[in-house]
Amino acid sequence: MSKQIAFTIFFLAAIGVFGYTISRLRRFFKLTKKDFPLDNIPERIRQTLLVAFGQTKILRRPMIGLMHAFVWWGFLVITIGTAEMMVDGLVGTERFLGKILGPVYTAIMASGDVLAAFIVFACISFLARRYVIKVKRFSGVEMTPTANLDATVALLMILFLMVSLLGMNIAYVKLAGAEKVGVYPVSESLQGLVANIGGSTVAKLHELSWWTHIVLVLVFMNILPYSKHFHVFMSVPNVFFTRLGPYTKLRNMESVTKEVKAMLDPSATIEPQAADAPIPRFGVKDVEDVNWKNYADSLTCTQCGRCTSVCPANTTGKLLSPRKILVDLRHRMNDKGPGLSRDPQYTDGKALVGDYITQEELWACTTCNACVQECPVNIDHVSLIVDMRRSLVMEDSSAPESLVAMFTNIENNGAPWQFSPSDRMRWADDLFSNKAS
Amino acid sequence: MAEMTAAGEQPEILFWVGCAGAFDDRYKKVTRAFVKILDALGVKYAVLGTEESCTGDPARRAGNEFLFQMQAMGNITVLNGYGIKKIVTACPHCFNTLKNEYPDLGGTYEVIHHSTYLQQLIDEGKLRVSDGKPFKGRRITFHDSCYLGRGNNIYDAPRNVLEQLDADLVEMKRSRSRGLCCGAGGAQMFKEAERGDKEVNVERTEEALATGCQIVATACPFCMTMMEDGTKHFNKEDQVKVYDLAELIATANDL
Repeated sequence: MSKQIAFTIFFLAAIGVFGYTISRLRRFFKLTKKDFPLDNIPERIRQTLLVAFGQTKILRRPMIGLMHAFVWWGFLVITIGTAEMMVDGLVGTERFLGKILGPVYTAIMASGDVLAAFIVFACISFLARRYVIKVKRFSGVEMTPTANLDATVALLMILFLMVSLLGMNIAYVKLAGAEKVGVYPVSESLQGLVANIGGSTVAKLHELSWWTHIVLVLVFMNILPYSKHFHVFMSVPNVFFTRLGPYTKLRNMESVTKEVKAMLDPSATIEPQAADAPIPRFGVKDVEDVNWKNYADSLTCTQCGRCTSVCPANTTGKLLSPRKILVDLRHRMNDKGPGLSRDPQYTDGKALVGDYITQEELWACTTCNACVQECPVNIDHVSLIVDMRRSLVMEDSSAPESLVAMFTNIENNGAPWQFSPSDRMRWADDLFSNKAS
Repeated sequence: MAEMTAAGEQPEILFWVGCAGAFDDRYKKVTRAFVKILDALGVKYAVLGTEESCTGDPARRAGNEFLFQMQAMGNITVLNGYGIKKIVTACPHCFNTLKNEYPDLGGTYEVIHHSTYLQQLIDEGKLRVSDGKPFKGRRITFHDSCYLGRGNNIYDAPRNVLEQLDADLVEMKRSRSRGLCCGAGGAQMFKEAERGDKEVNVERTEEALATGCQIVATACPFCMTMMEDGTKHFNKEDQVKVYDLAELIATANDL
């Protein structure tokens, strides 16, 4: 009973902190623009099944992709067991799902036990990739010591979560004996470890493992939203909210369409704006200009760096790093969001474009969409980059000179180069003379 | 197009030449090659000529949405005025804009890239490569255009067209959805690159040269410029030529 009370208090505290975090994020989301369509739900479900649950994009790098996929699928089955532990802890039951689910329970426990052992191996490998092999894409300007610490903490926590789970299973197998519910292939094969230890000590090991696991779960859950590893929560919804359609299709700016139509057709009526209505800004200059999907992208990014590792600008030494764009957006919201949610007019004299992301980065993008193609969780870097260019050009009239010349040529000649529109058929000169002869 | 309309006729296809196709000296050859193929097959096509204007693609990617929409609405007025249904273009940037972005502004057409169109003509048995096969056994590598491949999932059509040449087709290390950009998309064509260690087209050309190819096949005017500049960078322009699909097919058919 005391265990139940202790657990309930701890559980409620953890939920409370989590609730605070979520309400903070909700306030941040409220600062973003609404204009992102949620059409074509069947296609969204398909994307979620393939990309999120099926891991199709992370598997584009087969070896490491498969390791991640097993960690993720392991997470899914182990989470069922964790939920069971929480109910057990609150209600005072023991492995209550076992009686309800029967053979399904056996499958869940068996796969969870095997995958937990695999995840221990995977976490050690992932740590080795960071600290021994030093995989190139884990470095970069945006990969600050804090960002790297973030990754290490997440990996260590997952590692200890699995070790404690296995410890609990090993102890359980010995304690339960013939009464055992479920099958635990790894823990059963590791019985040698507890063979010479007395029953009461094993019972203590079980309690210790149980508490370690559940405390880590609840602590981890509360660290995640402040860590790059928030992708544990965000990935599935983010994939569901994918920007659908061809990668190279940019979304139309309806606000511009209205003005262009008015320019082309003087008789068109323009709806009068309320006097106190805020003047909308074209494109993205700061964090309040992004839409909620851009912000969700920034929370989902786990800084794997696959985007940056395929970026033609980055790999040829330019400043642009698609990952940094998302990391910067998230930082900017953390810096400006609290002030902005108290006062819509709040300013700290800084902006996302200029103080966090430089023009030089933005102008280096070739819009090739290699980053979008590789992102395992369907983040859309390119639309955001173009949106930031839109504010540079349409709000600040700030573009490289040669691009301004290109604009002028299009305006005057209908071509990006300085040629006369009357020369448009010159390519056919030879053809026609050939035909005539 | 105006002449055809005056004569009360409708073309099978409107060939959207694009600014590079009309003004870039190198790329004009591609325009001519494609037109020769159309003529040889007796396809009833039209061009807008002086009524065509930039689709607005580079303006939009460079952030000038106003200019893009002005261009788009102007072009849509012309296209709709002629009742155009089907457009073929050799430029993946024009293709992407006409196909994917004009519908948002009231211009909906069947838009086909020339690689797909050539493949259709081959599949229908209309387009054949003559027996001479000047490219037989020659090593050709195809460079994917981002706006064709990743952007619009067109990977097979250009390769299928190249297969007609009976050449030795080789892939670069990074190809199809993993293809490396030539460096010119997103309005980069019209500006200097930002400072870095290397030009993107040099990196890509290195990869193409590593295949030991004699020909780099492209299906995009910007890619063509970038890859040609790349071969010049390595002083290989005499050994390694850059050709568009349409040029290869036209040459193979002695057009």
